[in-house]
Amino acid sequence: MNQTEFLNTVLPLKDKVFRLAKRLLVSRDEAEDATQELYFKLWKNKEKLQEYKNVEAFAMTMTKNYCLDQLKAKRSNNLTLVHSNYTDDNISLQKDIELKDSVSRVHELIAALPEKQKMIIQLRDVENYEFEEIGKILDLQPTAVRVALSRARKTIRKQLTKQHNYGII
Amino acid sequence: MELSNIENLVEKYENAETSLQEEAVLKNYFSNEDVAPHLMEYKALFAYFNTSKEERFTKTIPLKRKQTNFWWLSIAASVAIMVSVYVVNDTSTSSSITPQELAEAEQALKDTQKAFQLISQNLNKGGNVAMASLGEFEKAQNKVFKIE
Repeated sequence: MNQTEFLNTVLPLKDKVFRLAKRLLVSRDEAEDATQELYFKLWKNKEKLQEYKNVEAFAMTMTKNYCLDQLKAKRSNNLTLVHSNYTDDNISLQKDIELKDSVSRVHELIAALPEKQKMIIQLRDVENYEFEEIGKILDLQPTAVRVALSRARKTIRKQLTKQHNYGII
Repeated sequence: MELSNIENLVEKYENAETSLQEEAVLKNYFSNEDVAPHLMEYKALFAYFNTSKEERFTKTIPLKRKQTNFWWLSIAASVAIMVSVYVVNDTSTSSSITPQELAEAEQALKDTQKAFQLISQNLNKGGNVAMASLGEFEKAQNKVFKIE
């Protein structure tokens, strides 16, 4: 894969890579660093990229693995992510102004999900991948993806309904 | 889109049985202003998905780092090592002298020593002559000044 091929096929994925990294790593800075690191790795291996039938799925799998490794390293260093120590341009600002805003609540509800469900929600509901593609990226059977996705959607909906009905924040 | 139809899709959505097309229909419905009150919570959910998709990576991606410039350094280093090894080898082989060369060198040494001896003999001679003339000079001086 030469430079122009790389720029045409791999570079346009940078937003998807970044959004998945941010979903997992929470902070914007870390997600940006991860994206840069991942692109450096992809660039170094651009000769091998041709061997993969689905470059996009490969890049997303790499993103997933890299971010999970980062999280694991962080946990073993006893540096847990504190939910208040990140700033998100659009979301936390809204949160300050209007705490009841349920859109930002959705963000928190997704952040509270297990990592696998988080990734599946991200890939399906934000990036609109097919179940087969998500299965390829996460190394899961499509049915397993469906089960986890259903569980995640139900959890989020249940929490949102609770708030909606009782006004609990 | 009829409400019963939407309710149907919502249920399928929760069971993760909707296709991407059906999910697009839901997304479209919930982005409208008039959403049935009992489905309001989904409005926030789909609104959140839409805003999430808008997020962009704004930093630059450095594809070429400084590391890539180091490959020629290793070549330069290996060339330097090869040259130095060659030079060392070259001098060590030339230090092994053939007997003929040794004889020539000894002859040269002898010649040089002879030449030096000749010079020093002449120098000695010259010294004696000078001393003798100094003696003459003293005699002449004494005659003039009559010191004793």
